This record gives sequence, structure tokens and C-alpha cells, in this order.
Amino acid sequence: MTTQRTTGRKQAVAAAAVVAALLSTAACGGGDDNGKDGKSGAAGFNAANNKVANASTAKGGTLKFAGAQDADSWDTTRGYYGFAWNFMRYYSRQLVTGATAPGAGGTKITPDLATSAAKISDDGKTYTYTLRDGVTWEDGKAITSKDVKYGIERQWAQDVLSGGPVYLKDILDPKGAYKGPYKDKSADHLGLKAISTPDDKTIVFHLPQANSDFEEILAMTSSSPVRADKDTKSKYGLHPFSSGPYKFQSYTPNKSIVLVRNTAWKASSDPVRKALPDKITVNFFTNANDLDARLLKGDYDLDINQTGMSPQGRTTALKQDKGNLDNPVSGYVRYAVFPQTVKPFDNEHCRKAVIYGADHKSLQTARGGPVAGGDIGTNMLPPSVPGAEGQKYDPYGTTQNDGAANITKAKEELKACGKPSGFKTTIAVRNNKPVEVATAESLQASLKKVGITVDIEQYDGSQTAGIIGSPSNVKKKNFGIIIMGWGPDFPTIQGFGLPLWDSKYILDSGNNNFAMIKDKTIDGLFDSYVKELDDAKKTQISTQINHKVMEGGYYLPFVFEKFINWRSSRLTNVYTTDNYSGMYDFISLGVNK
Amino acid sequence: MAHGPAVGPRAVLAYLIRRLFAAAVLLVVIILVVFGIFFLVPKWAGVDPATMFVGKQADPAAVEGVRQKLQLDQPIFVQVWEFFKGLFVGRTYSGGGDVTQCSAPCFGYSFRTEQAVWPQITDRFPVTLGLALGAAVLWLVFGVAAGVLSALKRGSLWDRGAMFVALSGVSLPIYFTGLLASAIFIFGLKWFDGQYVPLSDSVTGYLGGMILPWITLAFLYAAMYARITRATMLEIMGEDYIRTARAKGLREPVVIGKHAMRSTMTPILTMLGMDLGALIGGAILTETTFSLPGLGQAVLQAIRTQDLPVILGVTLITSLAVIIANLVVDFLYAAIDPRVRLA
Repeated sequence: MTTQRTTGRKQAVAAAAVVAALLSTAACGGGDDNGKDGKSGAAGFNAANNKVANASTAKGGTLKFAGAQDADSWDTTRGYYGFAWNFMRYYSRQLVTGATAPGAGGTKITPDLATSAAKISDDGKTYTYTLRDGVTWEDGKAITSKDVKYGIERQWAQDVLSGGPVYLKDILDPKGAYKGPYKDKSADHLGLKAISTPDDKTIVFHLPQANSDFEEILAMTSSSPVRADKDTKSKYGLHPFSSGPYKFQSYTPNKSIVLVRNTAWKASSDPVRKALPDKITVNFFTNANDLDARLLKGDYDLDINQTGMSPQGRTTALKQDKGNLDNPVSGYVRYAVFPQTVKPFDNEHCRKAVIYGADHKSLQTARGGPVAGGDIGTNMLPPSVPGAEGQKYDPYGTTQNDGAANITKAKEELKACGKPSGFKTTIAVRNNKPVEVATAESLQASLKKVGITVDIEQYDGSQTAGIIGSPSNVKKKNFGIIIMGWGPDFPTIQGFGLPLWDSKYILDSGNNNFAMIKDKTIDGLFDSYVKELDDAKKTQISTQINHKVMEGGYYLPFVFEKFINWRSSRLTNVYTTDNYSGMYDFISLGVNK
Repeated sequence: MAHGPAVGPRAVLAYLIRRLFAAAVLLVVIILVVFGIFFLVPKWAGVDPATMFVGKQADPAAVEGVRQKLQLDQPIFVQVWEFFKGLFVGRTYSGGGDVTQCSAPCFGYSFRTEQAVWPQITDRFPVTLGLALGAAVLWLVFGVAAGVLSALKRGSLWDRGAMFVALSGVSLPIYFTGLLASAIFIFGLKWFDGQYVPLSDSVTGYLGGMILPWITLAFLYAAMYARITRATMLEIMGEDYIRTARAKGLREPVVIGKHAMRSTMTPILTMLGMDLGALIGGAILTETTFSLPGLGQAVLQAIRTQDLPVILGVTLITSLAVIIANLVVDFLYAAIDPRVRLA
């Protein structure tokens, strides 16, 4: 702990001065920059946004990541951070995975360990895969179908391996009959009945009910194989055993990672990974400004977290190195949600009064403006999800009048909800997200103009699951408006909206259906969606679900989020992918030595 | 502490035992308070601490698994007792078929990083120790020297100049001077690489990574030490025994060096004990500003991720460091100031 002793006023003055000094000094510091076009060799602004910049097949060199936050876990079963899933493809393979292609092309499922896409039979309830020849672990042993099954079974051991997605657990074993491999008394710990492995090359999934996104879910890194004799259970994330082109040389949590080539991996067995760099390093910083300064200085190639630069770094980079930046859509929607259990938000018109009364332009500005914040959100489906219509679907006219509040409509809705002079409520917002606090303040200011008075309650952001994830607590605390954001786990309506909008996902703790939506039509549409195998019809249903959610007035979308992302001039084969919410596709990156 | 006649080794031993006992009691109290803050307060606030250890999807089995492993279902006194036991004999965490050993001294186990807390502390401790000691040498040398000179040349240009710089140092927070120093010397002039390199890897790399943090931290503390030294020195120079020493015909350097400085050093040592102890627990701002992988950075990460065992472990190490540093200082008093004897 530290004992620095200063007064608040002095600190404020000093902070203002340091920002000015940093900006001016940093602006003078880029000796090798090329003005607004970026560092020497920069591909240009948005050159890698949904397209490939610096295409190359040259191998060698060290790819250097830096980050402000370590993964929640590098165990393929336990990680839930998007950047971790992206990074895991260096050392893990799946039966199928997202294609290594820019933009929407990345969401196309392509065979990885499997020789081809699944042979689907039994009305979408049976999926059969055959493993390729030559697929190996880092010790040279062949990857078998049993390793794949064991890796998937680990999702059932939630009491030991918590944290990761559990979609397969819910789909393959909805009744929870299997207790996981660690409690499995069978000799090989492969007792899950929904998966059979008739031989080492074949794996068959028997779904109790069809799920049309099953392959998308199998493409998640949580479906990676794990070899039972190398499973160190809760400590597996400290040194995962590699099935991919790189393996762990060292890892110190919150400090650094070094991956080196897995010499047992055969390029001929892997149509997905180019494996260009010889070595991959990650260094973690606690100071986001320092991290950005080092990216600009050229010490590192890119930010592993891929959540955008800090305001300070962004300003400097846009000013002097714009050619090294991309401005992709993140796949996240930032929004306010109205729990129907809190009065008067049980009344649809009161909810709509807030939607119309909000100043959308001001909310966008609070999020960082059109470049760093995103486009004004008009509905709840992120543009990267099939079925999304972007700003074309704008049921509340939020983009009209340059995003200004529609006071007339807001007052009409207030009258219809029986509160013509307005009402009082509370906004719950995470205290560790300054931008969310800013949006809460913006919303507070604009709603005041229509007579809706709101108090802002900042809660401990690290305890989201226990505070706003508890419906009883939300009701008790009178949280009429909750500020949140959400991105797809996998790019479909199921991967985005199921936990938010399906009544089956209302939980006592860790709830994400904050609006407490219990709409039989929406539930029915999700049921139809998971049974539907035709892609065009799936897209249609996705659009319908989005419309139903918006018509209910449960949400006030702020923005379709965008962010500013840095790429060094050394990077080759760099492009953003919708498969990982607008991040660069790590597995394809190379470097100029 | 009190003024009094010299006492023998037995009294010293008794004093040492008394102080150590007091330190142990203090540590126990700190553990109880910290436990209360981290494990009882959330409960009173209606938050299940177990939910803070699971991820985005709070699967009930996951919550139960954490509760079992951390023994959160046990009464608080059992949890505290297990923690104490772990310090001396190690501890085993088990649940769901997974068994995790935490060897003594077990300061807890982080279920975020899946590592025992003690190795995390020992891994990062050299960074923080190096930072604290290096900066302490600088601030003692420059701070005390500036303070003494200012006192001896009271009212001079030197005195005013030194005190102006000292006032600036006290007023400027570390994230101002640190960021400014980084912006100028690392990113602007590029005199230093500014990235931490372990001493064992490269001496020059280590110095290149530490020199700015040392100077930045020392600037803040040197300023405070200069002001305290000056004020104390001025007070002591007016004391009767100084006048007596001069009246006896002692040369001025002897009066200052042998008599005045000894007394001046007493409050300086007190401050040094407190400051060093606290810094060894982690100079959060300095380590964050310069991205030094020390205890301060670890505790900041732990706070962000609500990694309670790490926070608890570092808090205890900080407390221990402060207590030990003060103990050492107490004994040094006797050596430095002949007026002070153990009692």
C-alpha cells in the first residue's frame, strides 16, 4: 500500500496539468511517425476493418501483445472473455471453428479437427464428425475423439471449473443427469450418454432436442479437447496442454505469457491456422495509459484485450497515427433496461416515456461519440448478428432530429401510463465503468425535462451477479433503470438474446433477463429458432424476436458500439472479424521481422 | 520509550519479547478486521461472497463449489482458525473432486489465478523492495542533506530555494510527476526504456527500468524529509545541551554531527520506519504509473477482480512490514540517541 499524501484540490490541478503535458510531450515524441497516415508502413485508417491489411505468408518473428487485463482463465473450459477465446485458438483446436476471414466471413463455421462439417441426421438431433489424420497433442500423441469428449465433459464439473460457458451442458443434458468427469465412476470418466465415440476417429452427439446453433456452440473454445492424463483440474489454466500450433512456455498470472511453436503440430492437419510468428508474448500492464503509450512507441503490436484505446491514447493516436487505427463495430449494444418488477415500469407506457424522453445524441456523446462510442442504437440486435437491420429498424425514431429527445411523445406516454407529471425512480450503474456513469448522468439530465426524476446509485461493478443479477435485490432497491451492455457469445440470436429475453433464463442469482421478460411469443420464437435448420428462416425469426423485444419497450439502446483499435505497422494478415466482436483475428496475424 | 538510565541485556530481551508479543496481537487483530471486512460485510450487504468468485454465468454448482472450497459455509471463527493454521502447517482446499494443497506459510489461495498467495507475494516482493529501498536511499540522502543545510543556512537563498522545491515535491502527486517523467524521459527523449527487467537478468536493464520510479518516489518523500529535518534541526539547535556543547568549546562540525544530528535523526527514523513499511506493502501509485510488477500492482489487480485472498495476504504482509520496520526503528533509537533507553 502507499502513503502518498496530497490534497484533493492539488491532485485535481496536477491531473489536469499532467494530461496537457503528456499530450504535448507525446505529440513531440513520435520521431518515426508519418503524420496522420500513421507510423512508417502503416496500412491506413480502417485498412483492416472487415478486410485484410498487409497480406503476407512470411513466417518468423515475435508477435508482441500487451494488455491491461489478464484472462479470467486460460483453461478452455473456464474462460469467458472474448479476447481469451480469440487467443485460445493458438493452443487449442476444436471440431469446427469460425473461418479465418474478415468481417462477417469469420462467422462461417469451418472444419478444424473434423474432416468436414457435421453429418446431421435424426431431424437435427444427431451430429457426427470424423477427425482428421495427423492431429496431435504437443507431446506428439494423436488427438482422439475421446479427448474431445473429455474436454466437453469438463463443462459439467462446474463445482471445480466454474466461469466458462455452459451451453453444451444445457443442450446435451438439460436434466443435469451427468455429474461431470471428476465424479464419474467409470474407468475412462467418459460417462456422458449424449456423446458417443465408437472409435478414436468418430464422435457422435445425440441431442435430446434439436438446436440449430449446435455447430456454432461446438466452435467455441470451451468445446476444445482435453487429455484426461494432462488434466490438472482447477490449475489447468496455468499451463494448458496444447493441441494447436503454439504451446505455453511460461505464464505468470497478471504479468506475462510466452507461447512458442508446438513442434508436434502439423500444418498439413490444420486448414485454419497459418501459424506465422515463431513466438508470441503477452505483457500485462495495470496502467492503460502506459499501455497505449507503449503501443504508440512501438514496443508492442496490439492490445490483447481489444476493447479500444484509453481516451488519452485514442486522442493522441487519432491525431498523429491514424493510419495505424481501425474503428470496427464491437458487436456490443450498450443500453438501459427496465425491470418490470419495479413500479412504474410494469406499465409499458412508463417504459416508453423514458425511451422517448432520452436524448440519444447526448447518450452517444457520453459513450465517446460516433467514433469511439458508436452509432446511435435504435434496436437491440447488434449489427454482427444475422437478422439485424442496424439503424434501418428504428421503432422509436431515435435517430430523428439528430438523436434529440421526443418530448411530445414522452409526455403522451406519461399520460397513458397514468403519471402525467412524471415519476421518480433509480438508475443502477456499475461504479467501475466511468462511461456508464456518464451515460446515467446524461439520462438523468434529459429525463428531468419530462418530469422523470432519477437518483443514480453506483454499485460495486465486480458484484454485478449478486446485485443486479438478483431480481429480489433489484426490486428491493427500486432499480427501475439498469445500465448495461451485452455482446454475443456466438454470433446468432441465441448467442446474444437467449439469456436476456427468454423467460426460462430468469435466475435468482446471476440473472441477465433484467427486464424480467415473460413473453410467450418471444419464448415461442426462440423455441422455433433452435429447431429451424434453414438459415434464411433462422434470420427471419431473429428479426422477429428483435421486433418483439423492441415493441415491448423493455430497453433503451444507447449505441451499437464501436471502438478504436491499434495495430502496429509490423502486423501482417490483420483483419477484424465478427466471430470475435470486431477484434483482430489473432490466429492469422504475422509480423514483419 | 522513555528517558532513563542505561539497562542490561535482560531488560533488552524483555523489551523485545514485549514488543514482539504486541506485534503478534496486532497482527491477529488485523486478520480479524480484514476477515470481517471481506467475508462478513458482503453478507450483511446481502451479497453472497461465493458469487464473487464465479464467472458470468453463476451456475449454482459453481457457487456451491467455491463455498465448499473456501469453507464459506463454515462459521467465521472456523474460517479464521483455518487461516491461522494454514500460516504454520499449510492448508488443503478440496471440493468437487479437486484437491489443492497450499504449503506453509499459507496466506490463502487465489481462486482467480489458481495460485497460492504466498508465492505470488514472494515473486513480486523483490520488485517492491527494490523500489522502496532505492527510493529510500535517495530521499534520505537528498532530503536530510537539504533539510540540514536549510536549517544551518536559515533564511538564505539556499534555504528558500530548497524549501520551495520541497513544497513542490509534497504538493505534486506521484501520478503527476511519474507520468510527466515517463512522458519526457521514456516516450519523449527516449533516454530510458522504462520497462522493468529483473536484476538477475540485466543490471543495466534493471537500472533503466527503476531509475525513474526511484527518483519520482524519492522526490515526494525527500521533500517531506527535508521539511521535517529542517524543522527538527532548528528546534534542536536551540536546545540547552547544544549551547552547552558550544560553551565547552567543541568545534561546530562536532556539535552538529555528534550532538544535533543524533537527535534530529530520531523523528526521521520514526518516519522512515513507517514509510518503508508501508511502501514494502506496495507503492500502488508508483507501480501502476510505471507498470512495475510489484505487490502494489498485484493488490490493485486483486481489488479489481475482487480476489479477496490476495488482498488479505498483501494487507497482512504490509502490516507485518510496518510492525517489523517500527521494531527495528525502536532499537535504532537507542544506538542513535543516547538520551533514549529501553524501558
